[in-house]
Amino acid sequence: MVITTEPADEPSAPLSPITAPTKAGGSFARYLVTRFLLIFPTIFILVTLVFFLMRVTGDPITAALGGRLTPDQLAERIAAAGYDRPVLVQYLEYLGQVFTGNFGRTLSDNRAVSEVLTTYGSATAELAFNSLVIALLIGIPFGLVSAKLRDRWPDAILRVFAILCYATPVFFAGLLLKLIFGVWLGWLPIAGRAGINAELALTSLQNPSGIFLLDALRSGNMAAASDVIEHAVLPAVALGLLTAGVFLRLVRTNVIGTLGRDYVEAGRSRGVSEYRLLTKHAYRPALIPIITVMGLQIALLLGGAVLTETTFEWKGLGFMLAQYLTARDFVAVQGIVVLLAVIVAVTNFIVDIIAALIDPRVRF
Amino acid sequence: MGATTVTALGAKKPLWTRLPIISHYRMSAGLQRGMLVAGLVLSVVFVLAAALAPVLAPFGFAQISDADGQFPTQAAPGGKFIWGTTVGGFDVFSRTLWGAQTALLVIIIAVIASIFLGVFLGLVSGYLGGWLDRILVVLADAIYAFPSLLLAIVMSIVITGGQSDLWGGILAAAISITVVFIPQYFRVIRAETVRLKAEPFVESAKVVGASTWRIMFKHVFRNATRTLPLIFTLNASEALLTLAGLGFLGFGIEPTKAAEWGYDLNRALSDATSGIWWTGVFPGAAIVLTVLGLTLVGESMNDLADPRLRMRRKSRRRGGKATA
Amino acid sequence: MNAHRKDVIGRADGTVLEIRDLEVTFTTDAGQVPAVRGVGFDVAAGEVVAVVGESGSGKSVTARTILGLLAETAVARGAVVLKGNNMLTLGARELRAVRGDDVAMVFQEPSTALNPVYTVGWQIAEGIRAHGKVSRKEAKARAIEVLRKVGIPEPEKRVNHYPHQFSGGQKQRVIIAAALALNPALIVADEPTTALDVTVQAEILELLREVRDDFNTGIVLITHNMGVVADLADRVVVMYQGKIVESAPSSELFAAPREDYTKALLAAVPHLGRNSASAGMVSRSGQEKEVLVQATNLNITYPGRLGSPSFTAVDDVSLQICAGEVYGLVGESGSGKTTIGRAIAGLNKVSGGSLKVLGHEMLGFKERSFKKVRQDIGFVFQDPAASFNPQLSIGECVAEPLIVHRSLDARAARKRVDELLEAVQLPAAFAARFPHELSGGQRQRASLARALALDPKLLIADEPTSALDVSVQAKVLELFKELQAELGFAALFISHDLAVVDMLSTWVGVLYRGKLVEEGIGNQVMGDPQHPYTRRLIASLPVPDPVEQAIRREAFLKAV
Repeated sequence: MVITTEPADEPSAPLSPITAPTKAGGSFARYLVTRFLLIFPTIFILVTLVFFLMRVTGDPITAALGGRLTPDQLAERIAAAGYDRPVLVQYLEYLGQVFTGNFGRTLSDNRAVSEVLTTYGSATAELAFNSLVIALLIGIPFGLVSAKLRDRWPDAILRVFAILCYATPVFFAGLLLKLIFGVWLGWLPIAGRAGINAELALTSLQNPSGIFLLDALRSGNMAAASDVIEHAVLPAVALGLLTAGVFLRLVRTNVIGTLGRDYVEAGRSRGVSEYRLLTKHAYRPALIPIITVMGLQIALLLGGAVLTETTFEWKGLGFMLAQYLTARDFVAVQGIVVLLAVIVAVTNFIVDIIAALIDPRVRF
Repeated sequence: MGATTVTALGAKKPLWTRLPIISHYRMSAGLQRGMLVAGLVLSVVFVLAAALAPVLAPFGFAQISDADGQFPTQAAPGGKFIWGTTVGGFDVFSRTLWGAQTALLVIIIAVIASIFLGVFLGLVSGYLGGWLDRILVVLADAIYAFPSLLLAIVMSIVITGGQSDLWGGILAAAISITVVFIPQYFRVIRAETVRLKAEPFVESAKVVGASTWRIMFKHVFRNATRTLPLIFTLNASEALLTLAGLGFLGFGIEPTKAAEWGYDLNRALSDATSGIWWTGVFPGAAIVLTVLGLTLVGESMNDLADPRLRMRRKSRRRGGKATA
Repeated sequence: MNAHRKDVIGRADGTVLEIRDLEVTFTTDAGQVPAVRGVGFDVAAGEVVAVVGESGSGKSVTARTILGLLAETAVARGAVVLKGNNMLTLGARELRAVRGDDVAMVFQEPSTALNPVYTVGWQIAEGIRAHGKVSRKEAKARAIEVLRKVGIPEPEKRVNHYPHQFSGGQKQRVIIAAALALNPALIVADEPTTALDVTVQAEILELLREVRDDFNTGIVLITHNMGVVADLADRVVVMYQGKIVESAPSSELFAAPREDYTKALLAAVPHLGRNSASAGMVSRSGQEKEVLVQATNLNITYPGRLGSPSFTAVDDVSLQICAGEVYGLVGESGSGKTTIGRAIAGLNKVSGGSLKVLGHEMLGFKERSFKKVRQDIGFVFQDPAASFNPQLSIGECVAEPLIVHRSLDARAARKRVDELLEAVQLPAAFAARFPHELSGGQRQRASLARALALDPKLLIADEPTSALDVSVQAKVLELFKELQAELGFAALFISHDLAVVDMLSTWVGVLYRGKLVEEGIGNQVMGDPQHPYTRRLIASLPVPDPVEQAIRREAFLKAV
């Protein structure tokens, strides 16, 4: 998939690993508030952008049902949904609805978009979480090793591995994983979030969280739990590897930057071991920009989730998005896209706050 | 790109040694040179495959029959169809070659368009500052943080309402990708411009009384664009991946109008379930190798441009420790 | 000089460091480059040995070799024996055991030598715990103890603070505390005061002196500053291009240098009170001439970001510069001296009061109306490397003012560029070179040529020589003086170095935290300062003469 924020894209970024969110210092509370307020323009811009772009092509009803209805029927439906009013009026109405959590109703299967979002959101969250864990477990330690052994052969191998990770589109990685582990070796299931029995058992629970593993453990259904884990492995690996490649490069570049700093040399001059110099002196200051950029990777992760879910028939938001796209149901598409925009904006806010908390220059 | 615009006046080294790739090659050593060369080879193979597809491909991208009759469907690699055929009877080898052509066209159009717009906006916005700058930054940041694939999908809906023919599809894909990448170029060039603006050599031009346009183009532009070859290679690979993603989701080019790797992979997905590997592995490998090649070139150029990341020839193994 | 020491150890048994035939070679793009060629000297316990030299002399490389801290591209041969261990042959584990315990290092840039994300206590304690089993608590207690020793007030509280909560001088104290933590036999101090203001420098030098006296520590002092050497060193090793030129006790070296290089080096060092431009003057000259710059209650503030308070860089300053006069503006970092220079050149906005430059009011500045005035103003920036567009040749850079204001054709411009280069004593062939192909001093000459291209009435020179080596500085200053006398332009000469300012300017202003605290004829301000800050500033400036400096130091300590 697409690497949105590569440290190498901005040659200046990795060279100044210490870019505190507020250079001038200032109190942490003030930073928190200003950063929080920045969420709103971001969401507003994206909602506006998506709304007008989707509307440039015409109204959603013609797009979805164009061939199947007579012009009269079509006009009637359009008038009923209010799509014949001026675009600006529709836009303001849409803004108001989004603000109250109302994203409209899908055209293809007539469900509330908000209901689609809550039903399938948990599956996407589960996938994203699993792959994030894999990405961190691979990306951080190997990134540190790569930085420390810079330009020796382990570094060369790890770098090529990292590039391969993101050069491989998730759907191709998924296809290979399915072929090897599902079809040829027969070790793991290749589609869905759970087997039929487990899925039935889990969806019939009262108050399900929607996150299958949690639900299975809560209801004490160990068979279902192991089934869920088996299903989760391949999609999480496919998406996790993509992100792991980015994280590895990110950690490597930033830690190489901090390893060259005076304070590492100063630590060395006090007799501190190379291991500590790497894992404490170089890693901690590098972590601040690393976390910030990792936050931006949530976009990569969500974009990748759409493709991963389609590949593995993992019924989450991405899978539904692809379905609605095929059905030309742009009301649903718009709803999902806007929700993802909100998730991205909020995650970036949280990540920036975490980065600021790590940086004593912002805290004090 | 920037390096080539240097006036040759009084330069000691011949011009050709200062061209981007060549100068990088001459600076490189050891493993870094190996990575650069591997990347160059893969990239050249990709470009050649794209250029020579009409000559090399045994069949057309949409051909399902010849004088001998209909092509077999899902035939295993071997014989007349060296990489096998798909469920629709397409020759996998031919479609993979033709796919390179589509990919190259999209990359070229997308990257050139986004470079021009992104660089121009970044330069003007970064140098002039003010409210225009603030608005553009917020806008670019918002788009930048958003999943680029989703934005590309929205754009391709806007442009074509879905599928289209070769040029329409290529342009649609390229424009979608352009919109996604403009914020990236914008951010890089703007950051560089803001940094350069505070450099004494720009200030000294200001003190001299040079006009804003002169400063912007003579002093800032020439220095801000030195990283462009690097961004170019990295974004070329991103453009390819976005194109494949669009194709995979069915927002690319119709299969009868052009070959596209992402679309072929989508078709191959159901083949994989029944153990038919060749329909997916070949176009997939083509994507991976192309992106790998472009990225290796870009990464090597990045490392070589930064003296701190650049590796030097060592006089002996582990020369750091003294030998007394 | 050694009389004050508590226990004088004879050289035979007191030697802590012995360097013999040290050769260090670097592998670079250009092949093998020798950095150190056959260097050898000893350091005894309680002795300060200064290694002096200009850039490229190999002094810093020598310092790093003592701790085994060479870059991977370097190869060292010879012997560096520290308390019986040859540092060049030790393995990684043994090196680690020696570093911090037997030898410690003090770095040039205190702001980068401390890790910003850990407390200073953590960083000192880490060094202690790296050598032997010490509990966290005990290590912290020892960290507090050393912080107290180096004069950090309230060490119990400060031990938990992060580096950014300390001032520059305090950070350097913390680094010295970290170096002292295990009571090493030797401290290597690499330009320990170069990044500090002169008043802070005096305090840090005093601290190093106390360290030597109280702990009998040997100190290798790497510096380019002859004043610092005169202040602190017992013995001096002069290096040039990787070799030792001369080595002698401090008093001897300054009084009677043997080698020509040493003589030239000492002659190039500006010495406060000698060579004053205003020697013999009793009143300000040239007041009847045209007033070029007139600042009245000038105020310049930088707006704060997002609600944080704004910063006042220049506060109620009034000054005037007349045609043909050289005005010297002195101050430490943050005094506002550069801001004033930049405001006169229209690079900074004026927030209050009035600033008239060549009759043009700078309050409410508009670039369009000021553009014509610009041809009468030249500007020389501090960093010669950064003040030229790396993509243009020197000729194109120098010709820029001509092209912008005179719209000369290429040939006419070329002729004028040749004249200008000749005026600053550069060969005409340099016009075709690119900035990176020139040395620092040559670039600064070219910068001067560009500033003078249009025969300006006013030249602003912002720390024009502080990035240069002393010998180069001396030549550039000499050139500046000659050109000023010949062309008669007025100049605002901005510097942190009192001696340099005194050499060039007849009228001197002293800035302190944005305020102009004192103004007067150069020799009067230097000889008889009125404001307490000026007095402290002058007293803390070390002069390159150990005998005179010892007297000055006593006076300074009494004053503080």
